[in-house]
Amino acid sequence: MSWFIQTFRSSLGKKYIMAFTGFMLGGFLLVHTIGNSTIFWGRGAFNAYAHHLHSLGIFVPIFETGLYLIFFLHVITGIILFLENRKARGGKYEVETCAGGRTLASKTMPYTGIAIFIFILIHLANFHFVEKTAVKTISDFVTHVLNNPFFTLIYTAGICLLFIHISHGFWSLLQTFGINHPKYDFPLRVVTWALAGIMGCVFLLITFLMVISRSQLL
Amino acid sequence: MSSKTININVKIWRQNGPLAKGAFEEHALKDISTDSSFLEMIDVLNEWLTIKGLEPVAFDHDCREGICGMCGAVVNGTAHGPDKETTLCQLHMRRFKDGDTIVIEPFRSQGFPVVKDLIVDRSALDRIIAAGGYVSVNTGSPQDGNTILIPQHVAEQAMDAAACIGCGACAAACPNGTPMLFLGAKVSQLALLPQGKLEAKKRAINMVLQMDKEGFGNCGNERECENVCPKGITIRNIARLNREFLKASFTIDH
Repeated sequence: MSWFIQTFRSSLGKKYIMAFTGFMLGGFLLVHTIGNSTIFWGRGAFNAYAHHLHSLGIFVPIFETGLYLIFFLHVITGIILFLENRKARGGKYEVETCAGGRTLASKTMPYTGIAIFIFILIHLANFHFVEKTAVKTISDFVTHVLNNPFFTLIYTAGICLLFIHISHGFWSLLQTFGINHPKYDFPLRVVTWALAGIMGCVFLLITFLMVISRSQLL
Repeated sequence: MSSKTININVKIWRQNGPLAKGAFEEHALKDISTDSSFLEMIDVLNEWLTIKGLEPVAFDHDCREGICGMCGAVVNGTAHGPDKETTLCQLHMRRFKDGDTIVIEPFRSQGFPVVKDLIVDRSALDRIIAAGGYVSVNTGSPQDGNTILIPQHVAEQAMDAAACIGCGACAAACPNGTPMLFLGAKVSQLALLPQGKLEAKKRAINMVLQMDKEGFGNCGNERECENVCPKGITIRNIARLNREFLKASFTIDH
């Protein structure tokens, strides 16, 4: 077996895949957050940002394909790990307690992961796979969708789940790559929470802004 | 502290053999001295079962002073019981209250099949060690002491990792049933020292592959292991293992 396949088929190899793809997805989300925050400067700024992004020509499909690959690699590896780990547990305990290590986020990683996967499919269906024109711009779609109470709820829940997922994920990916030292273990946890918190807050603000100041943005 | 006695209920796992279906059995124990250790409490239970003509509970133990790594069970959901950095034999009955029900289960993980009652087969850990957890030493005259100089802080870190007694509590407590803390400690204690560095790459790869072969899961960075470890091994050792394996996989020569 080639060393490459042997490495990435091993338990640690699969964790490296999760960590690397998770890091890339996190990086994308950060850029997505910064880009979306243009909406705080009004619909003009937001539409112009979207327009600029789509004027990158060949880089758009290349970037998109890469993102899909990374995304599906993260999801598929995650599912494999979940199934393997469930089997490896070797039976449940009569008394299920936590010795102090697990957190709500770490405990629910596979479940928040699957929920986020579904949320992203809905999100893509709402904004990505729709025909945008000069008359009906992306800001119209955003305002329209987020003013539907059903979608307001879906987006609020999705963003909260994303926050929970990342609040363990970012620290965890650093640990998987061996970045752990008593000197900066606590600062890294703070950075993880801050990153997840800032991104979550910006997305939630956008969602609520759409609901509150609908007229201003239309 | 004056000695007193308590009455407790014990809900204990009984299983006749690896393939038998196990079940919990409940026993009421009277007048257990709070000065007795947890294992002595099981001794009392076993004496009582023997007098009654019943089969005593099978459980692993050896030194009973917390250094051999032989004992271990999950007590009320926690491997080695409620005390931090304490093996089951060093847990004492003063930790429990009169009238408590104590649930005792074997260490569970796919890689630890139950042999009988609370005894599990942890030979998977031995096979992981055999895959690379050693240094090759040539026979012949011993070399002079202090030929290889090791800084004190490095020696301390290696010693902290070497404190692992291989009890398997990390795998038992892990939601994914993996002994990564054990593996992290065993790789670290050698990778930190000049003597161990020579075979570090081969060791990291072979030990991880052996762990996978044994049917253990994948580390989820949940930190349950370091919270039950009787020797206080931290996940910093797992991070070191992660670095060693990554480095080795990409740079080993064959």
